Amino acid sequence: MKLAYWMYAGPAHIGTLRIASSFKNVHAIMHAPLGDDYFNVMRSMLERERNFTPVTASIVDRNVLARGSQEKVVDNITRKDQEESPDLIVLTPTCTSSILQEDLQNFVSRASMDTKGDVMLADVNHYRYNELQAADRTLHQVVKYYLEKARKQEQLPTGKTEKPSVNIIGISTLGFHNQHDCTELKRLMAELGIEVNEVIPDGASVHNLRNLPRAWFNLVPYRELGMMTAEYLEAEFAMPYVDITPMGVVETARCIRKIQQVINHQGAEVDYEDYINNQTLYVSQAAWFSRSIDCQNLTGKKAVVFGDNTHAVAMTKILAREMGIQVVLAGTYCKYDSDWFREQVSEYCDEVLISEDNGEIGDAIARHEPSAIFGTQMERHVGKRLDIPCGVIAAPIHIQNFPIGYKPFMGYEGTNQIADLVYNSFTLGMEDHLLEIFGGHDTKEVITKGISADSDLNWDKEAKVELGKIPGFVRGKVKRNTEKFARDRNLSEITLEVMYAAKESVGA
Amino acid sequence: MTVAQDQPSALNFECETGNYHTFCPISCVAWLYQKIEDSFFLVIGTKTCGYFLQNAMGVMIFAEPRYAMAELEEGDISAKLNDYEELKRLCLQIKRDRNPSVIVWIGTCTTEIIKMDLEGLAPRLEAEIGIPIVTARANGLDYAFTQGEDTVLASMAHKCPTKAPKLEAEKKERNAVSSLLNFGRKKEDVTQQESEYKDHQPLVLFGSLPDPVVTNLTLELKKQGVKVSGWLPSKRFTELPVIEEGYYVAGVNPFLSRTATTLMRRRKTKLIGAPFPIGPDGTRAWIEKICSVLNIEPQGLEEREAKIWEGLEDYLQLIRGKSVFFMGDNLLEVSLARFLIRCGMTCQEIGIPYMDKRYQKAELELLEKTCKEMGVPIPTIVEKPDNYNQIQRIYAQKPDLVITGMAHANPLEARGINTKWSVEFTFAQIHGFTNARDILELATRPMRRNNNLKELGWEKLVKEEAKI
Repeated sequence: MKLAYWMYAGPAHIGTLRIASSFKNVHAIMHAPLGDDYFNVMRSMLERERNFTPVTASIVDRNVLARGSQEKVVDNITRKDQEESPDLIVLTPTCTSSILQEDLQNFVSRASMDTKGDVMLADVNHYRYNELQAADRTLHQVVKYYLEKARKQEQLPTGKTEKPSVNIIGISTLGFHNQHDCTELKRLMAELGIEVNEVIPDGASVHNLRNLPRAWFNLVPYRELGMMTAEYLEAEFAMPYVDITPMGVVETARCIRKIQQVINHQGAEVDYEDYINNQTLYVSQAAWFSRSIDCQNLTGKKAVVFGDNTHAVAMTKILAREMGIQVVLAGTYCKYDSDWFREQVSEYCDEVLISEDNGEIGDAIARHEPSAIFGTQMERHVGKRLDIPCGVIAAPIHIQNFPIGYKPFMGYEGTNQIADLVYNSFTLGMEDHLLEIFGGHDTKEVITKGISADSDLNWDKEAKVELGKIPGFVRGKVKRNTEKFARDRNLSEITLEVMYAAKESVGA
Repeated sequence: MTVAQDQPSALNFECETGNYHTFCPISCVAWLYQKIEDSFFLVIGTKTCGYFLQNAMGVMIFAEPRYAMAELEEGDISAKLNDYEELKRLCLQIKRDRNPSVIVWIGTCTTEIIKMDLEGLAPRLEAEIGIPIVTARANGLDYAFTQGEDTVLASMAHKCPTKAPKLEAEKKERNAVSSLLNFGRKKEDVTQQESEYKDHQPLVLFGSLPDPVVTNLTLELKKQGVKVSGWLPSKRFTELPVIEEGYYVAGVNPFLSRTATTLMRRRKTKLIGAPFPIGPDGTRAWIEKICSVLNIEPQGLEEREAKIWEGLEDYLQLIRGKSVFFMGDNLLEVSLARFLIRCGMTCQEIGIPYMDKRYQKAELELLEKTCKEMGVPIPTIVEKPDNYNQIQRIYAQKPDLVITGMAHANPLEARGINTKWSVEFTFAQIHGFTNARDILELATRPMRRNNNLKELGWEKLVKEEAKI
């Protein structure tokens, strides 16, 4: 057992549902108890979805517990097939059904005899995979299913498209700014003269999956979702893939150069250098921004980055390489893919943190006292408590992270958006400090820098008042140094004397 | 009378497939940890449970809530790890970090399936670590949404002291509500006030309500000379009310049937079956019923109710003659429908997760009576509804307002159907005379929004797709 207050990645079935509900006319049926269809609420609220989320539950209740699901799952599948005629029904196991160990595959085979659409069982183990891994696996499973089916029916189109073309793999529902990224990537491809063959899974029809091999290459913009599919397509159809996330000026250029290499290898004769140069210097404002005096002020400022692999890596590189900001700590909650993360960021940050424990991350932020945080909603709240501004760069996210306005993180417009995000975070922080230095609104309670509840030190009244008088931007440091001083000397009560003694000893 | 007999005059109950959307009952943690200030709720379940709570509780999660998940891992499922040792380790950590007065274990689907004996483990661990442990099986296999609170309160009923302490001082401390109301008064005044109450058997109310609502309802009864000896739950676990054999108890919410049963059967109390104090009509009926059982003649209730209705007129104009459809997810449906029918609405369907006809008897009777008095058809009550079928019925009947969960609200709105998100009724203050406005504030919001936007002609915002 693990005591947990917060989790970064959701349970496996959420990943499967994200894939199923991204496709057009695919329905997911969860084998789950009442109340587990919370996914529908998230999709309806966060994405402000106008249509009913194509997810229903085959309810596991007391009767199912006693006698097994029997006909229930099969009935629910055939009923949904008649009601909505989906192309595909994905039976989705949950943590509950994992323990029940019912033969869901058998239900699927039986149901598929009576359905017009296809039926499949999502092959994800709740206790082994999280949301992201499950999404990656499910996408792979669906793609593989339809390509094998087409091959068997000899309906697999042969040959490539006439012009260079690409499949964009990994755009999904409830993904962080995925819709905007997708638009930006399509625009980028258009400017490079590359046709978009298919975008999967978002808005795709399963009938079109057989066209995937017609593209010249695959683009996998997110590390977490689509890699398995790209590797499968490479192995089966010798399709090369580009997995460089075009986020930030340098990485976008790298991604485009890689694309150039991949398609030239197949006979295209393109040279994107002029395009990259023009975009970098004049279209994207980010390169100019990093030369401007605004950005000069950010030089050497400390930042902490935390998020999923894709976004934390990209942000770390942008901050360190493109803006001259010191990333004191870069971290990810994608524990299962931590080697890749280390390899990507180690030269751009002082310290790497791989953890799924929000307390540990909160404490690390408190310890480093950065000028800004770039993280998830959890880090934003840590920032609020510590009075450190935070830009949200990765899921888990709230409704405000599904903006209506155009806010890609990828491509050249993405670089502009990120520059704004970074700059706004830092200036807000500096304004705030200036206010405090000049006594603007210094009426707040003393802030606690430790996130966990294990502070064993007592500040007496006078010491607290004294601490309150210290300007906010150094208050945390003074508090920390004093407490360290007291702890080293086994003092449990912090009085004015202790404070002064600490100051004298460490110069706090 | 003869005319009435020709029409269906009794309530019609149906039961569908149970394929409906609702919150998992573990969500009760969200409001109960805030209500019981010295508690700590430990939900023993999986990532699925945690993910639900984290998302459903929204920003509350960041406020260092007094709740956590005991997340079960593969070793726990396969019994490689010892449940007792694991729970002991976590509970000691909670004791060290938070020092609560009670730890509430919330059993989930997983603990049911792997048959973890929480009720058996709790007393042992309680003795070992010195903190009371209350066990509640609030799982999605058996219950829906608000029924979670019912399971917690039913367990807590066992922990209420049996004997009133002898000492006056202790009694005051124990009785949070009356000491709250007596705050700052001298002892003589308090004794004098005691005489304002009629002489009646002790009455304990059950159901978790925000403190302002508790004060409000307590005062409302005080006006009738009815003394509330205590509430289950109280603000703090250490202030749970004394419940002796022969006490009267009354529920304030329609989803508390297990708690009622426990109080009657295990604590030998007498249940006052009344409609629930939701809406001015419900509040009046609730007080009247309590008074009649305690042999008290209620004073001035009719005027009080009339006055409240008068104050609601601006809202009533918006909904009079309109129709409402309850998809059903929190068990407040019957009371809300009864109130809205009294407001002049018609109701086509009352979906409800679970219908306890005995516990809700008085409420159902009031619903029937209200329909007759208002001259509207009696709605069908659909237990364990099927959301898909309901949506077909909604398309056919075109109600003016659908009260539904968030999973359906946006899609229905996009199809030009007004919705009100049902969960808000669970969290808003809706009890008593004073809060009737709040219910209508919620129910009329889509109508008011429509009035503001009606010139635009943007009702249907989805493209009709050809059905294959």
